[in-house]
Amino acid sequence: MFWAFSRFTILAVVLTASSILVVHADNRSDAKAQVEFGILVAKQELWQEAISRWEQAVKIDPSYAAAWNNLGIACERQGLFDRASDAYEKALNLEPNNIFIQQNYDLFREVNDRLRQNDR
Amino acid sequence: MTACAKTIASLILISSFSACTTGYFEVPIETPLEPKIDVSRFQRILIAGFVTGGSKEIDTNLETARMLKSQLRNSSDLQVIDAEVFQMKLVAERQGSISRLKEEEEQVSTSSENTEDELTEGEALPEETEEDLEVYEHIFANVNYWKQLGEEYQSPLIVTGTVYFAPHQRSGMVNRQREIYDSFGRRQVIPLRTYQDRKGYVLSPKFIFIDGNTGATLYTQRNREEILYDAAQNRPALSSYFELMDRLLPSFVGTLSNESIQGIRILLK
Repeated sequence: MFWAFSRFTILAVVLTASSILVVHADNRSDAKAQVEFGILVAKQELWQEAISRWEQAVKIDPSYAAAWNNLGIACERQGLFDRASDAYEKALNLEPNNIFIQQNYDLFREVNDRLRQNDR
Repeated sequence: MTACAKTIASLILISSFSACTTGYFEVPIETPLEPKIDVSRFQRILIAGFVTGGSKEIDTNLETARMLKSQLRNSSDLQVIDAEVFQMKLVAERQGSISRLKEEEEQVSTSSENTEDELTEGEALPEETEEDLEVYEHIFANVNYWKQLGEEYQSPLIVTGTVYFAPHQRSGMVNRQREIYDSFGRRQVIPLRTYQDRKGYVLSPKFIFIDGNTGATLYTQRNREEILYDAAQNRPALSSYFELMDRLLPSFVGTLSNESIQGIRILLK
């Protein structure tokens, strides 16, 4: 009786975990599709469309650092500096060791500092 | 390791490398810097001249005007008026704002007989401080004067202001790097904090942009830069002045014209 219960519990845990993983994988693949489409349109200089795609991507999968990074770039490109800063920081929090994100953020901060200096 | 295993391993390496290399895309980014003044209604710009103070080693008024004109010719759409640079101190006096103050001072001082004679061509006060220039600043608020000048030059954007350029000294601890060689002949660089006497120059301009049509001040821009060298070095004032102006010019040009900062960002998949 105990073994049957134990096996059932293990099975339930495994099934729950795998279903979470499947959902996460689905979320990631959906978000990835949005990210890739965003890159395509960004390359055509359609930055507003890119922003909308990457916003959808981070909505679907908020743990997707690349999507936050790209959103940061697009916002920076469109002059939305507060949103850009927010997006870059989220990307860096998710992947603190990603040198590409770090480099983007450092360059962004340099530009932002100059803009503030210019405003003074 | 068999040949087959090696092939598989290298294939995995290649595929992972290509995945890495195609996982990011470089995109050019251009961030526009908005000009601080809307210059669209002006076609011409007049560098009128500056109230200057500090070092007498260079003609700060002439050098500043010359440098700004040259910079604007290269980086602005405005036509730079090739007019003679005014001695703004003298202009300020003639406009009376200074002389009234001088009269008040004369009443207090007993030795004021030679003051007016000395106040010609901006050479009156031999060791003027930055604060001393404030006495002349009334001229910048004289709307009638600027309006009249504007009419003379077909309503340009007028640039004037004060420029203080003076020797500067500062002593204290500085970080230096020292090369040492260990017993094996290996070179090492170690940081070293030493006390050093340093001298150089300070440049503190206040650029005032005036509408030649109305005589009103549109914008005032203040900057301050200093440069220090080892006291043993003997740097000419003019080269220090150029070095300091080089630092300030982007900010000056940015006031009038659209600038942009270009860079590369990396999009990730």
